[in-house]
Amino acid sequence: MALIQFREALGQAMAEEMARDDRIFLLGEEVAQYNGAYKVSKGLLDRFGAKRVIDSPISEAGFAGLGVGAAMAGLRPIIEMMTWNFGLQGFDQIINHAAKMLYMSNGQFNIPIVFRGPNGAAHMLGSQHSQSFDAMLTNVPGMKVISPATPYDAKGLLKSAIRDNNPVIFLESEMMYALKGEVPDEEYLIPIGVGDIKRQGNDVTLIAWNKMLHVAVDAAKELEAQGIDAEVLDPRTLQPLDEALIFASVRKTHRLVIIDEGWDFAATSAQIADRVQRECFDDLDAPVVRVNSLFVPMPYAEELEAAVLPSVGRIVQAVKDVLYVGN
Amino acid sequence: MASEPKSKYEPAFLISAYQDMLFYRRFEERVNQAYQKGKFAGFCHLHIGQEAVCVGVQKALRPTDYVISGYRSHTQAIAKGIDPKAVLAELFGKKAGAVGGKGGSMHMFSKEHRFLGGHGIVGGQCPIAAGVAFAIKYDEKDDIIVCYLGDGATNQGQFFEAMNMAATWNLPVLYIIENNQYGMGTDYHRVTSVDRLSKRALAFDMDHSEVDGMEVLKVHEHVSGIVAKMRKKPRPYLLEVLTYRYRGHSVSDPAAYRTKEEVAKFQQRDPILQLAEVLKKQKIATEDELKAWDKAVKERTAAIEDFADAAPKPEVSDLWLHVLAD
Repeated sequence: MALIQFREALGQAMAEEMARDDRIFLLGEEVAQYNGAYKVSKGLLDRFGAKRVIDSPISEAGFAGLGVGAAMAGLRPIIEMMTWNFGLQGFDQIINHAAKMLYMSNGQFNIPIVFRGPNGAAHMLGSQHSQSFDAMLTNVPGMKVISPATPYDAKGLLKSAIRDNNPVIFLESEMMYALKGEVPDEEYLIPIGVGDIKRQGNDVTLIAWNKMLHVAVDAAKELEAQGIDAEVLDPRTLQPLDEALIFASVRKTHRLVIIDEGWDFAATSAQIADRVQRECFDDLDAPVVRVNSLFVPMPYAEELEAAVLPSVGRIVQAVKDVLYVGN
Repeated sequence: MASEPKSKYEPAFLISAYQDMLFYRRFEERVNQAYQKGKFAGFCHLHIGQEAVCVGVQKALRPTDYVISGYRSHTQAIAKGIDPKAVLAELFGKKAGAVGGKGGSMHMFSKEHRFLGGHGIVGGQCPIAAGVAFAIKYDEKDDIIVCYLGDGATNQGQFFEAMNMAATWNLPVLYIIENNQYGMGTDYHRVTSVDRLSKRALAFDMDHSEVDGMEVLKVHEHVSGIVAKMRKKPRPYLLEVLTYRYRGHSVSDPAAYRTKEEVAKFQQRDPILQLAEVLKKQKIATEDELKAWDKAVKERTAAIEDFADAAPKPEVSDLWLHVLAD
């Protein structure tokens, strides 16, 4: 096992897959000569050359579409969005084209492509650089959505994403690129659509993913100090969702709090809550509670930003609500 | 009126070009009639009047070249090799359709024939075409891709983004603007800052030209020259073909935004009639033979409609197929 950063885990995943299959190429802003805006692609240009590691113009709709076309003609593109806020410019290609091509062509043209980049708020970047697009992306049939929280999961899932024969959206976070974690020396893959229990517990289930997983783990520690034993479940993949794992955990703890960086209206957490109330109605001892970002554009000031995002304090309060314990 | 035929065109080529255009005309007329009879619904955009473009271009390509297009693409799909029976069956929403009833008028595809759709988002096919050209270059092939777009698509940002990448990376994509004068009901002059749409290439230092789209031989000769150069040295190209659609934007559009005189002016230069003159002048076909061909084509389209009528509908359970690949 080696202790490596999240960005290194992603870089290793791409390098291993590119070494395995010469149909794979990486395209995006600053991915080649600059070694990546967040250094995820560091060293890839030197290793694989300019044919396969390509700096794009600032042209997200254009290079997202170029990736779709390359995939139609048999290549396996990895498209890096410097942030998913910019990726929004490419949504026409992702949603109208990549996600529809297999269906519209009646199975003739699958699009093996990965669109990856950081999603959600970083730190004091303002309204146009702090959005979480999980709910919009998971709402669309025809593609998969992955949102890992640890270097181990990131590497194993990115390798699976690159090997997948469908469009795969891979959501990262600027705040996690420096996060360190243990990653095996030998090759491994993590299957898409399989969640992971990050902390065993009996009193309440916390579901969280991406950087919110770490906020949930911190909340679980604080709850432990207060005598509450929380289970923390990371779905890791949001589309398809590992519903079996979620239902099993809820049937064990009988209480559920979902932590979701997205806005609360029609959020991914709302989908999970809906599925749980439908399938686990008799197992629940309290209504499902969601902790989301507040329904405002992200403000810049540090205190305001912190107040918008789910926090340990809000999670602890939500857990107390579902446990009906006094404040 | 008709151009003097080039000696390089053999009679067989001229006959084939004529019969193809005639077939596409009659096919689209039958599509229109079927729509009016209520045999199918949805959007339906006809190519009537623009036959010389599709035929002239297709005969300049080889089977391994790719074609991608917008939403007005029935005849382009047929030209690229999709069975017209499958095209009409697709319009009728039948399982025997080109894409099993999943696509309809705007979304014909054939992997076998390298017809990459059939796209309904105006201009969205442009960067996809650049991506196919990227893959051609990646694989060091000398194929090309033709990307059809309408005059309306030339003001979309993705068209510009695609041209910039194609020109920067010398990708073998031939963008063909079928300028039929109207983006839906809007005369392109009213919404476009240039008079000639091919000038858009100037911003990207890209090769470009225009050609008369009402004469199939002119289209063919012009495109053949472009394609030959592109095969030798991969570069993108922007070609504006000046053409005209006789019908409305879609079958439900009466086209009240233009005059009958304007339509009549273009119909005097009808591509099928022009080539008929050439055939007669060169004594390749008599008036009686032309009439016999037309009769045969009409019988063929009738048989195609019989096929599409009789073809079974998809199973409802088919709707779950091909959402995701294995």
